[in-house]
Amino acid sequence: MSEKRKYMTVPRESATFDRSTMSEIRRAADTGIYDIRGAGAKRKLPHFDDLLFLGASMSRYPLEGYREKCNTSVTLGNRFAKKPIELEIPVTIAGMSFGALSAYAKEALGRGASAVGTSTTTGDGGMTPEERGQSTKLVYQYLPSRYGMNPDDLRKADAIEVVLGQGAKPGGGGMLLGQKITDRVAKMRTLPKGVDQRSACRHPDWTGPDDLEIKIKELREITDWQVPIYIKVGATRTYYDVKLAVKAGADVIVVDGMQGGTAATQDVFIEHVGIPTMAAIPQAVQALQEMGMHRKVQLIVSGGIRNGADVAKCMALGADAVAIGTAAMVALGDNDPKWEDEYQKLGSTAGSYDDWHEGRDPAGISTQDPELMKRFDPIEGGRRLANYLRVLTLEAQTLARACGKNDLRNLEPEDLVALTVESAAMARVPLAGTSWIPGQQQSF
Amino acid sequence: MSTNNLAETSAIETINGVGTIDLATQTVRDLNQALHDQHDEMSIEKWDVLNPKGHHNLAVGVNQKLKIDIHGPAGYYCAGMNQEAEITIHGHTGQGVAENMMSGLVRVKGNASSAAGATAHGGLLVIEGDAGSRCGISMKGVDILVKGSVGHMSCFMGQAGVLAVCGDAGDALGDSLYEAHIYVKGSVKSLGADCIEKEMRAEHIEELTELFERAGVTDQDPRDFKRYGSARQLYNFKVDNAGAY
Amino acid sequence: MCGIVGLYLKNDKYESELGKLFAPMLIAMTDRGPDSAGFAVYGDAVDDGTKLTLRHEDENYDWAALAKDIEKALDTKVDWFQNSKVAVFKVGVEAEKVEDYLEQSHADVLVMSSGKSIEILKEVGLPERIVDMFKLENMKGSHIIGHTRMATESAVTMAGSHPFSTGLDLCLVHNGSFSNHNRLRQELKREGIEFTTENDTEVAAGYLTHRLQQGDSLNEALENALKTLDGFYTLTIGTKDGFAVVRDPIACKPAVIAETDDYVAMASEYQALTTLPGIEDAKVWEPEPARIYVWERNGN
Repeated sequence: MSEKRKYMTVPRESATFDRSTMSEIRRAADTGIYDIRGAGAKRKLPHFDDLLFLGASMSRYPLEGYREKCNTSVTLGNRFAKKPIELEIPVTIAGMSFGALSAYAKEALGRGASAVGTSTTTGDGGMTPEERGQSTKLVYQYLPSRYGMNPDDLRKADAIEVVLGQGAKPGGGGMLLGQKITDRVAKMRTLPKGVDQRSACRHPDWTGPDDLEIKIKELREITDWQVPIYIKVGATRTYYDVKLAVKAGADVIVVDGMQGGTAATQDVFIEHVGIPTMAAIPQAVQALQEMGMHRKVQLIVSGGIRNGADVAKCMALGADAVAIGTAAMVALGDNDPKWEDEYQKLGSTAGSYDDWHEGRDPAGISTQDPELMKRFDPIEGGRRLANYLRVLTLEAQTLARACGKNDLRNLEPEDLVALTVESAAMARVPLAGTSWIPGQQQSF
Repeated sequence: MSTNNLAETSAIETINGVGTIDLATQTVRDLNQALHDQHDEMSIEKWDVLNPKGHHNLAVGVNQKLKIDIHGPAGYYCAGMNQEAEITIHGHTGQGVAENMMSGLVRVKGNASSAAGATAHGGLLVIEGDAGSRCGISMKGVDILVKGSVGHMSCFMGQAGVLAVCGDAGDALGDSLYEAHIYVKGSVKSLGADCIEKEMRAEHIEELTELFERAGVTDQDPRDFKRYGSARQLYNFKVDNAGAY
Repeated sequence: MCGIVGLYLKNDKYESELGKLFAPMLIAMTDRGPDSAGFAVYGDAVDDGTKLTLRHEDENYDWAALAKDIEKALDTKVDWFQNSKVAVFKVGVEAEKVEDYLEQSHADVLVMSSGKSIEILKEVGLPERIVDMFKLENMKGSHIIGHTRMATESAVTMAGSHPFSTGLDLCLVHNGSFSNHNRLRQELKREGIEFTTENDTEVAAGYLTHRLQQGDSLNEALENALKTLDGFYTLTIGTKDGFAVVRDPIACKPAVIAETDDYVAMASEYQALTTLPGIEDAKVWEPEPARIYVWERNGN
């Protein structure tokens, strides 16, 4: 006797073959090419939210805000350079190319950074006059592609950053698709207009730290040893990489975790290569300490820095400064809900839009389209970035004062505890309420 | 890490008006600083570098119309990022000679190692011996003339400029080529992805003739050369080319 | 990441000066490899029995007593001399017997090399110090290869230094970085090859030994190595009669060779070769990728 069923099982989505995964399989079947997108790793990863500060108590006394100073300045690159970089805040703007970003966006980054006394960084497209004009401190990236590289710009730079890789794609080269190779971009990169830029993943004239050492000396010789040389790596075998970077002669080392963004690369690269930022920092610091170089070769950390708590936690783990990329773009206005209608037309939604390689950004930031670019006001953008940087600094100072510190660099790992076993092991701080740091026997 | 002499560089000796740096007693830093000091106001046009002994980074970042002779073998990156100077290496030279050169003339009397003329934007690089692998890698407008042969992966990702080889070329010539022109007189072991042989027309004969003239080469006939260029199939991604990646 | 150098004499003209010619080559590679240095010299061959280089941490170790122990246990004659922390022992029996004995009864003595003529000496520290410590300039022989180390993925220890030896009169120096050495090490262990470090170069040395044990000629072993080893490498291999040079198919790590009527020299950088006699007129070239170059007496 059959009865009409009263109770239907709720449709159950598979955690393995979830909707997003299935749509990606369909897309792959349609096009025959991997998915390319911008931004950093989007899946949930152990990150700084899993760490907490132990504030003031009976044994540790806090500082008053305002009157009782908490210093935020940092000097970068005093190992060999005649002119190290002095920053007023330990937050810098990471390398993002003109080409990936519009000229106005680069200008805004320069305006905002200069207003608060910090640096910006060029990207895989060379130095624009707008950025050099607006940035009081400009770090010039030296990449495998060498697009736009020239000695005049090298001499104009305040520091040189030799890029081995970045967190989003350690081992990958740059990528800029044809639709963003406008006349101006093409000219700067010596490419035909409208052609997909294929970038090399290795430098053309050196491979390995032994040859890098000679290359760094060349860069120093060309610039008469004036400016600091940074080495940037994506976070992978960070402990060994940092040691080798020191041996190769770096003044400053930049470590970029997998949450670090990119303008465009294969999604599979972003999500499955590299390690979380938080897992890289203790490795880098250990390497520096073992060589007696902690605080002598400075460490800049990037990849998913979003608020003053992230900044303070990176400092506590031993970094000298942090760099922001994605966060700076959001501060400028990227993925703003006011463009929701347009994001929907592009098949996305505000907050999720990452097809920056297509050059159709409604916010006018990651595009070369003149009509879209007009929507972005570089002066307003600069003001917004400066505001955001000030908040990052104030928040970090608040936490540092609460821990009794008069300088952000006096924050230490002992000021932190972790909420999960993974984050305790990766950050090498104890699980809250215990003295247990998992994995200590097996660290490097 | 060898220490750097950040103090005053030693005084420059001139012999018959030619600035002379002897690397047996002076440093590479002394040499480069002396050459850079000529930028604002040129007081010494000609320079002799003695006892180079394969040192790295000789005459890098020069930005003045100097005439520099290096009397012996050079190491890596000799004449790196050269602007306007005429630099002659009387011997072999290491990796990356004239890398990222912007203008000027660099002449190697012996052999060049790998990555000769890498990413260079302009000027002329003449190699009288052989060049190693990756000659002209990622070139962005420089002209390179090699009287001998070049190694594998030469002109990899060549974007602009001319690479002319009087001898043979190794494997994967012009892999991932953009718009650089390649001319080879001898044999090509194999062509790289998207690089094909192309027709030699009048304008190409003219281009080679002019290049030989600039390089002071009188014993070559452009008509003996074959031209290679980009098939341009990898310019925008097409599913059927996935195998080339 | 490192510097490698090698000098092979085609005739005996410079045999008594081998060390003197080689020392500046090694020191020229200091910037590339400041962590440690080592070399393998081939000379002063034994006709019967085995020559071993042995090392002990204690510079005052009683080598005389060890020699007596070996003479007694293996019923043979031992000639020996000390060089810093290393002692060269000439023993009248096969290598395996001595090595087994030492493993059982003197496990604190490290066997650095064994064969008819090879001597391997290596230490942590600057190349200049190693040259001085072992009196390299006084050494004589027919060929020598050496290495200066910048440690990459493993620790800076004497054991992690090159040259590595895993066979009689066989050793290897390497500039570059392998990418599949971990799995390969496990496979070779299963085949009976022993390893003492986590170093990637030791795996390459072990691989060659294994292939030679399987009956490959040196050329065949290197052909197989090109197929099996993944990564970036310039290798220089020392054998009883000469040396071999091979680069991976991508060939990004540097290598230059200079040849005259009297010698063949190789180095990571040309500046290591500038002090050699007759270098101005030498034939100088860069080895091609994936091609095996061998120079041996009584052979090529």
